[in-house]
Amino acid sequence: MTTAVKPRIATVSLAGCFGCHMSLLDIDERLLDLVEIVDFDRSPIDDIKTFTHRCAIGLVEGGCANDENVHVLEEFRENCDILVSIGECARTGGIPALRNSIPLAECLDEAYRSGPTVYNPTGTLPTDEELPLLLNRVVPCHEVVRIDYHVMGCPPSAETLWQVLTALLSNEKVQLPYELIKYD
Amino acid sequence: MSTKIVIEPVTRVEGHGKVTIHLDDMGNVDEARFHIVEFRGFERFIQGRPYWEVPVLVQRLCGICPVSHHLAASKAMDAVIGVDTITPTAEKMRRLMHYGQIYQSHALHFFHLASPDLLFGFDADASQRNVIAVAQEFPQLATQGIHMRRWGQQIIEATAGKRIHGTGSIPGGVNKNLSLEERDRFLADLDQQLQWAREAVAIARDYTMEHLETARGFAAFPSNHVGLVDDEGVLDLYDGRLKAIDPDGEVIFEGMEAHEYSDYLAEEVRPWSYMKFPFIRSLGPRRGWYRVGPLARVNLCRRMGTPEADAAREEFMALTDGKPNHLTLAYHWARMIELLHCAERIGELLDDPDLQGDELTTSGEFRGEGVAIIEAPRGTLFHHYRVDRNDQVTMANLIVSTTSNNEAMNRAVTDVAEKYLSGQRITDGLLNHVEVAIRAYDPCLSCATHALGQMPLSIEIVGPDGAVLASRLKG
Ligand code: SF4
Repeated sequence: MTTAVKPRIATVSLAGCFGCHMSLLDIDERLLDLVEIVDFDRSPIDDIKTFTHRCAIGLVEGGCANDENVHVLEEFRENCDILVSIGECARTGGIPALRNSIPLAECLDEAYRSGPTVYNPTGTLPTDEELPLLLNRVVPCHEVVRIDYHVMGCPPSAETLWQVLTALLSNEKVQLPYELIKYD
Repeated sequence: MSTKIVIEPVTRVEGHGKVTIHLDDMGNVDEARFHIVEFRGFERFIQGRPYWEVPVLVQRLCGICPVSHHLAASKAMDAVIGVDTITPTAEKMRRLMHYGQIYQSHALHFFHLASPDLLFGFDADASQRNVIAVAQEFPQLATQGIHMRRWGQQIIEATAGKRIHGTGSIPGGVNKNLSLEERDRFLADLDQQLQWAREAVAIARDYTMEHLETARGFAAFPSNHVGLVDDEGVLDLYDGRLKAIDPDGEVIFEGMEAHEYSDYLAEEVRPWSYMKFPFIRSLGPRRGWYRVGPLARVNLCRRMGTPEADAAREEFMALTDGKPNHLTLAYHWARMIELLHCAERIGELLDDPDLQGDELTTSGEFRGEGVAIIEAPRGTLFHHYRVDRNDQVTMANLIVSTTSNNEAMNRAVTDVAEKYLSGQRITDGLLNHVEVAIRAYDPCLSCATHALGQMPLSIEIVGPDGAVLASRLKG
C-alpha cells in the first residue's frame, strides 16, 4: 500500500432510514475503487465510532429528531471540511418531520398506550435517562449547522452520490446531469 | 454496591442503540439492557394520509429492507380495498421483488456486516474488523458479496422501479411486469449466483462446525420461535399462516391468519427503550417472548420447499437431532440457507411466463381494515391499518421484525456480559462480544423504533443506587 495520505470521509445516519447509506453501497464494485482513494473515518460502514482524524468530507443522512442527533451533527461540523446533507431527511426533515404538525405527546401515546397490541398496564412511557431527549420538531441539518452541499433524492441514486463524491474529492465543480436530479 | 456499565455505539448494525449493564451488590451482572434510543411516531403521523400513499411512505422507516414494508403495506391495503387474491402476474412480480430483497439483504448482512467478525475474529482491532479490510485481504470474497447484493438490488429495480424505495407494488396489484430483456439479464447470472449461494452456505456451515464450542457458549439459550409457513408447513416468505413453537419444537399455535394477530400477540412497553417487547399472549409477558428471523424460520418449517435449501436444512437440523437449534451464532448459517432458497425461488420464477402477463391489478369491495404478515429478512413483520370512507388512514399498528427479537437480544447481551465482564472494567473483549451478539440478530433498529440511525454502542456500569461507575464509548 502507498503511504500517501488519502482524504478521509465520515458518514452518519441521524433521523434517517439508512436508505441513503444503502444507496452509497449501491455503487457496487466501485466501492472497491472508493476505498482505494479514500479512508473511512467515523462511519457505520466500519467500526470507528468517534473521529480519529479531521475529515475532508462528512456525509450526513437524516435530520435531527433528538438532542443526541444535534450533538453528533455539531461534531461532524467541527471535524469535517466539507459537510454534505444527503437525501430528503437531512435536507428537509423528510418523512420523520411529518410528526411536526402533531404534539409529541400524541405520538408517544399512540405508540405506547393505544395500539391494538400494546400491553402497558401502568401506562408507562419510555422516559429512562438513557434515552436522548426528543425534540418537539424534527429539523433539517442546515437549521443546526452550516451545510456546504445538499444532495436531493430519497435516496439520491448511487450514480448521483458517486458523481458528487468524485467531484468533491478532485476539487471539481459538482455538475449533475438532469437525469440525476429528477426524483419521484 | 451495585453498578451500571454503558456501551455505545454499536456499529455495523442499523439504528441507534446503547447497552447498560447493571450490577448487583456483589458486583455480579444483574441484568443487561439494550436500549433503543430513537423514536419516530409513525403510528400517529400516518393518520390522515391517503391509503394508496402508504406502501411508498411506510418503507421510509427502513432503507435496508424497504421492500418488506412496501409489500406488507400493499398486502394490508389489498385487504382494505377488498382484494383477497391478486392476479398471478401481480403475485409473482411481488414475490420476485421479495426474494430479490431477501437475497440482497442476507448477502449484505453476511458479507458486508458480519464477515469481518468471522474472518478476523471477535477480538480483532477495530481498524481491521470492517468490510474495507475484508476487501483488502479477501478481495475475491468481497467482490462476490458485492455482486450478490447487486443482483438482488437489480431484481428489485426491475420489479419495483428503483433499488431503494420503489413504487412497483400498489394496493390491488403491481404497476409493471417483467420484460423478456430484464428476465434474460437475470437468467444469465443465475448459475453463478446459485454457485456463490452454495459456497456461502458452506462458509457459514464450516464456520459454525469449527467453532461449535464457542457457539455453544455464546449467547445460546432456549426460546420460542415464530414464523410463516404455508398450509403444508413449508416455509413461505411472502404469505402464509403464522406458527409458533416452543424450545422443544412443540407447536404453541399454528394456522393463525393475519387478521387474528392481536389475539395471539401483544407487546410490552418498558420505560428504558423505545422498542417494545412482543410476547405470545397465551404464555404471558414473562414466558411468551420468542425469536424470529432466519434461525426461527429454519427451525419451525417442515421444509424449505426448494431442493438445495432442503438438503442444506437437513444438515443444519442434524446438528440438533431435528430439535430447534438455539445457538445465536447459528443465525448466520440459517441466513445463508435462506439465501440459497431465495436464489432457487428466483430461478423458478424467472422461468414463469406469468411475469410477462399484463393483468396487473384487481379491485374489490372497500372494507376499511386490513392486516398483513410477511417474512422480512430479519423476521416476521406485521402491518395493520384502518382506513375511513375518505380513503384516509385512521389507525396504524406495526410490529417489525427486530422488535420481536428484542428480548432475545437483551438476553444475548446479558449472557455475554456475565462471561466477559471482569470487575467494573469495560474491556475490548466485552465490547466486541456484545456487538457480535447483537449483530447475529441483524437488527435493523431504524425500523424497530420506526426510526433510524447508525448504531453506536456505549456501555455504562451502574450501581444499585443508580450512579454511573464507568462508561466507555467504543471506537
Ligand atoms: S432521504 Fe429517504 S432514503 Fe434517505 S434517509 Fe431519508 S427516507 Fe431514507
